[in-house]
Amino acid sequence: MKKLSIALMLAALAGLAAYSGTDYSQFNQPLNKDQEVLHTLNRLTFGPRPGDVEVVRKMGVKKWIDQQLHPERIVENPELAARLQPLESLQMKAAEIATNYPPRVVVQAMSKGLMPLPQDADARQRVELQLQRLKARQNANGQGEGRDPLQQAMRQQVLATTDPVERRKLVADKAPQQAVAYDLNEAKLYRAIYSNRQLEEQMADFWFNHFNVYIDKGADRILTSTYERDAIRPHVFGNFRDLLEATAQSPAMLFYLDNWESVSSELGQRDINQKAKLRAKAKQARGLNENYARELMELHTLGVDGGYTQHDIIEVARCFTGWTINQPNRGGEFVYNDRVHDKGEKTVLGVKIPAGGGREDAERVLDILARHPSTAHFISTKLAKKFVADDPPPALIERMAKTFHDTDGDIRAVMSTMLDSREFFSEGAFQAKVKTPLELIVSAVRASDAQVDFAIPLATQIAQLGEPLYRKIEPTGYSSANSEWVNSAALLARMNFALALTDNRVPGSKVDAIKFADNPAAVARQVLFHEASPQTLDSIKKALAQREPTPALVAGLVLGSPDFQRR
Amino acid sequence: MSTRRLFLKSSALGMFGVGTAPAWLSRALYAADGPGAHKKILVAIFQRGAVDGLNVVVPFGEKQYYSLRPNLAIPKPDRTENSAIDLDGFFGLHPALAPLKPIYDSGHMAIVHAVGSPDPTRSHFDAQDYMESGTPGRKATSDGWLNRALRIQKDASPVRAVSLGTALPRAMRGQNEAVAIANLNDFQIRDTRGAGTFESMYESSLDQVLNGAGRETFEAVKLMQSIQKQPYAPRNGVQYPNSSLGQDLMQIARLIKSNVGLEVAFAEMRGWDTHVNEVGARPTVGQLANLLGQFGGALAAFYQDLGDRMADVSVITMSEFGRTARENGSRGTDHGHANVMFAFGGGIRGAKVYGQWPGLEQEQLYEQRDLQLTTDFRDVLGELVVRHLGNAQVASVFPGYEQPKFRGIVG
Repeated sequence: MKKLSIALMLAALAGLAAYSGTDYSQFNQPLNKDQEVLHTLNRLTFGPRPGDVEVVRKMGVKKWIDQQLHPERIVENPELAARLQPLESLQMKAAEIATNYPPRVVVQAMSKGLMPLPQDADARQRVELQLQRLKARQNANGQGEGRDPLQQAMRQQVLATTDPVERRKLVADKAPQQAVAYDLNEAKLYRAIYSNRQLEEQMADFWFNHFNVYIDKGADRILTSTYERDAIRPHVFGNFRDLLEATAQSPAMLFYLDNWESVSSELGQRDINQKAKLRAKAKQARGLNENYARELMELHTLGVDGGYTQHDIIEVARCFTGWTINQPNRGGEFVYNDRVHDKGEKTVLGVKIPAGGGREDAERVLDILARHPSTAHFISTKLAKKFVADDPPPALIERMAKTFHDTDGDIRAVMSTMLDSREFFSEGAFQAKVKTPLELIVSAVRASDAQVDFAIPLATQIAQLGEPLYRKIEPTGYSSANSEWVNSAALLARMNFALALTDNRVPGSKVDAIKFADNPAAVARQVLFHEASPQTLDSIKKALAQREPTPALVAGLVLGSPDFQRR
Repeated sequence: MSTRRLFLKSSALGMFGVGTAPAWLSRALYAADGPGAHKKILVAIFQRGAVDGLNVVVPFGEKQYYSLRPNLAIPKPDRTENSAIDLDGFFGLHPALAPLKPIYDSGHMAIVHAVGSPDPTRSHFDAQDYMESGTPGRKATSDGWLNRALRIQKDASPVRAVSLGTALPRAMRGQNEAVAIANLNDFQIRDTRGAGTFESMYESSLDQVLNGAGRETFEAVKLMQSIQKQPYAPRNGVQYPNSSLGQDLMQIARLIKSNVGLEVAFAEMRGWDTHVNEVGARPTVGQLANLLGQFGGALAAFYQDLGDRMADVSVITMSEFGRTARENGSRGTDHGHANVMFAFGGGIRGAKVYGQWPGLEQEQLYEQRDLQLTTDFRDVLGELVVRHLGNAQVASVFPGYEQPKFRGIVG
């Protein structure tokens, strides 16, 4: 009976899309072998590097994809390990990050003796520096609000020429929190550029974005590192229910969407002792907070049209009361606080959750949501939009959703269904996506075989393109639709970046121009991994007719061309 | 004046050559010639971090203000710089906002008090999001009110909607073309060897999406070139503060005076989250005073620089929520509810503090701690959209808020 109703619902969802009148026939047109290889690399990696096309062709597309779906079978690039090694906050617990890279509240607590000073001598010195700075700032009364791009550029130039360990110390001494953000940004870029497990990195980006948190929201400055490492990365090909639970219990998410402050609205009337009342007041606990409950259904699982009501939001919020964090600003862990949990009976999406429950109320909610047909549909759609096309064919989504349902949310299996499909290897999907800012910058670095030893200037470029890493304020994450980032300022920034990269004007990245061929068509083939469009090539040839064409300039022009914006 | 316009027109058209000027450009320039046909311009300024409105426009006539804020309260006006500047016998300006007083007195600046978003959130990011999307309580809105305030128009100027900064703020995102410009002088292909080539590539590209965006980009770039050629000199030696808001407003003034078709602009100032040491040795100095000095200085410079052109321009300021009525234990204030907005420009009916004053007695406070809201921010923005920009479709600018209550700020 249950199976049948789910099947009916899926069919209804698919039917809706079928009546939208869009022509999906392009998704039946197959690609030739060369296109298949290029398409595989363009979609499943952050852009091909020199030699990648040959590797995939030799191994065969199917086998290569299978390997990417099992990253543990791929030998990792030693270049990556060497670059990650100095980024020490990546290995720390959140509490260690709070102590060693203290935010202002922690520095203040340490100065009042409410918290012990860090063991590490460097970190202790950092606290002293912060205290002095805090005092100086109080005396200077908050001067210096202006931004100075020139100063930032010079600073990046200096940092780029400093050895990584010394560089981190310079950054951490000036602004400890920034060192943590730098580590995250650098690690993300180094992995995207150097990892041999490219699909895993694409998936890590996808899921972080799906379960977005914003690093500049208060305690998330110290909670985001462990969030990505412990809640997201272990599950990118795993089971959706596990991933959902890991994010639901992560301090970063509990803080970002305010669930840690959400308490039973009955609390005021209940007979609790005076001390607890005071504690609740100090925390400014105001009762139920619906923020997480709403986003959990709208953005994480069912989708905005997934069939829930405002009443469901309140019921889910009630189930999640008590899921909180022990001292978020100090990098505290998830705790369940039974005292503030709503003990009443709840009904979520028609399922009764009996009164008297505790922590397991929210677990029930996660079960219901993870297994709901709307979730299978919503997640499949989002994956297909990311990996296939902005408007993917409903028939493909339906097959992916079926896999999701049949395997109880096995993400790897859903990916397999998509990557085995004729729709994935079709004219409709080929070059159909415009690169996101992250994909554009990283693919340019990979195509030009640049050596990157300081990735922050690249992160700055990505921010200038409009999608700063870890800094999407809204819980929606960034859209993967083409229209989102094709705007004037961003396009100009793309072109300027391309020329700066091959001219070696991006600090920390080095392109060896000797590697480029000596005629424009060949250079274009080198970085595009296919022939350039006649329009692009003509424009370059015309421009170079008057001058001595340097291969680096030609490469820059191709990387800034319309051809390179697509993947 | 007319010769100057003619000069601008011929120089701007000259860049394109006879017969090749895009339609929007001729429209923008010719429109400038018609009597009173200047496009109306709305400039929105966001004070991110929640400014303490009760210390910005001070209710010195309210006894309770002084008992709630023993260390923070700005003293009653006594004509010294250590006291509020009297506006109407009840409200006074923070003394650091002295540069705004002449604008207020001239009748071109209005203040709205106890205004803000009805949503109860005290989260900066939610409240900013709601204020920028224009839909409090609704997170799924994907575009911003300032973008929706523009009417869909073919051949519109590529710089009709400009935000200063590297990213397009939420308020500006949406269907209408909007550009983020960090610096007018930087809005170009920096490496001259690439400029013409990229333009040719994007103009000839068969890729419809990129071809379209590319065209708009290079149209905007060309337009900027006419502006970039000459260094900008504000009127009568007006000095903009060297703060980021000062520099941003100077660039907006530059765009306005270049007659390139600007309709809406957005700038922001950060740093208002004064939980700790909001004031220094005296209530009239310290962190908030310094911020207000930058803020007021930038606004006043913009007003003076534009001179007669202010007839077409309205500026509106906003902040996500106010701060607690009561000071906290660290000479600061925490997240609150209602706040204050400034509106100024040629069409503003000023020299008045608008809004019903809710009072600061314990039972008058919102959740017993914050200034109560008596004006929805959409009432103010809606009036500007309808009466200043002339867009009557206010229900599509503020969906779910079909009937804003205009306060008569725009006259």
